[in-house]
Amino acid sequence: MLRDAWLMASKDLRIEWATRVGMGQILPFGGLVLILFGLAISPDLAVAGSDGRSLLAQAAPGLFWITVLLASLLALGRSFAVESTDGNLDALKMAGLDPAGIFLGKSAAVAAQLLALQVILGIGAFVLYGPPLADLVLLSVIVILATLGISAAGTVYAALASGLTVRDTLVPLLVLPVVAPVLLAATKATEAAVYGPLDNGWSWAMLLGVFALLYAGVGMLAFGPIMEES
Amino acid sequence: MVNLAGAISLIGGFPALAGVDLTVDDGEIVVLRGPNGAGKSTLLRLCAGLAPLNGGTGTILGHDLSSREERRRIRRETGLLAHQTFLYDELTVEDNIRFWAKANRADPSTVEPILDRLDLGGRLRTVKISDLSAGQRRRASVAVMVCRRPKIWLLDEPHAGLDQSGRDFIDDIVRHAVRFGATVIIASHDHERVSNLATRTVHLVGGMVTGAAEGRQEGKNAS
Repeated sequence: MLRDAWLMASKDLRIEWATRVGMGQILPFGGLVLILFGLAISPDLAVAGSDGRSLLAQAAPGLFWITVLLASLLALGRSFAVESTDGNLDALKMAGLDPAGIFLGKSAAVAAQLLALQVILGIGAFVLYGPPLADLVLLSVIVILATLGISAAGTVYAALASGLTVRDTLVPLLVLPVVAPVLLAATKATEAAVYGPLDNGWSWAMLLGVFALLYAGVGMLAFGPIMEES
Repeated sequence: MVNLAGAISLIGGFPALAGVDLTVDDGEIVVLRGPNGAGKSTLLRLCAGLAPLNGGTGTILGHDLSSREERRRIRRETGLLAHQTFLYDELTVEDNIRFWAKANRADPSTVEPILDRLDLGGRLRTVKISDLSAGQRRRASVAVMVCRRPKIWLLDEPHAGLDQSGRDFIDDIVRHAVRFGATVIIASHDHERVSNLATRTVHLVGGMVTGAAEGRQEGKNAS
């Protein structure tokens, strides 16, 4: 299983390296969303009882994670577009790769791309929205765990829709409700990482870890039947 | 090798195969003929374990087509050359063949000789699949098939889009595969060419076998 996961992940990352879709298209898209949020919410608006912090700075964690979610939809769609355009899903079935390995490999490749994107988008969010930072270690843990949860849940539903002609519009409809708990927990944890208290942040981070394990476990079990039907 | 009795396969609720009876023995080269929509491609996909068996009975290489687990074994032991290339457009020829060789647990040392044998070993090895001609893509797909060393070769219009030398090349590969113990089923509209290869021709119409002939002789009843 781990051999197949490594094979799939390295192949997907090689495709990304060859095409630069993540850096050339998904990253600029995420950057644009961050800028549009900044334009829509005036930096001059202050929140009552927040020590003069702007509304934009206060909302920065939520806006960042919504941006990441939107970018992840593109990455997930791309991840399965390369399998379905020339019948490669059938070829994977014929190769007899372990479905759980395929799931883990594709999730890991999406997670790696999202992590790279988030480093740049995160810097952009701090520059544009101006929130403080209480704990960089906590923030890093949150980013990793939330990314694992989003990529695991997203990979399951992107695979489910991969055989359909309406997959491009269906994937967001399927993925967004499922990853809503991750969005909520990641936002709360990030609020704690930038504003404190840090104890709250570690509690939310643990919840993100539980989500990531849950989605990964469900994905490993469900991916075989999903591949059969797609 | 292949035993189908009253095989029915539904594609989106439509019976693409509506009761196919077909037996293929070890080492045969069976050519499937029939008009568009006759069910030739679906029959190949059924034999590859990819299309569902919704009625009747069928075994491929002794594995029962009605069992999901057995279908997985069939997939590993058969090779399908379809209309699609089964290759990643974004990767080079060499990257594709090495990936599929690893995925199929083929001996990695066979990749180089296969690249050379299929004239993919020169500058073509570093060219992306998306930049190849149709004939070169076909050769790359065949290279993956050769790496797999399947027991049954399922070829769907293998000569389509190829020039004379490309078609001759496919014929050579088929003869070579049979010499090394493979069984081949070919769906083709290129009647003149495939009749030179065939040990038997099977006619399909409307998802059913309507006739069969040994070699180039036409008009015998279905087996």
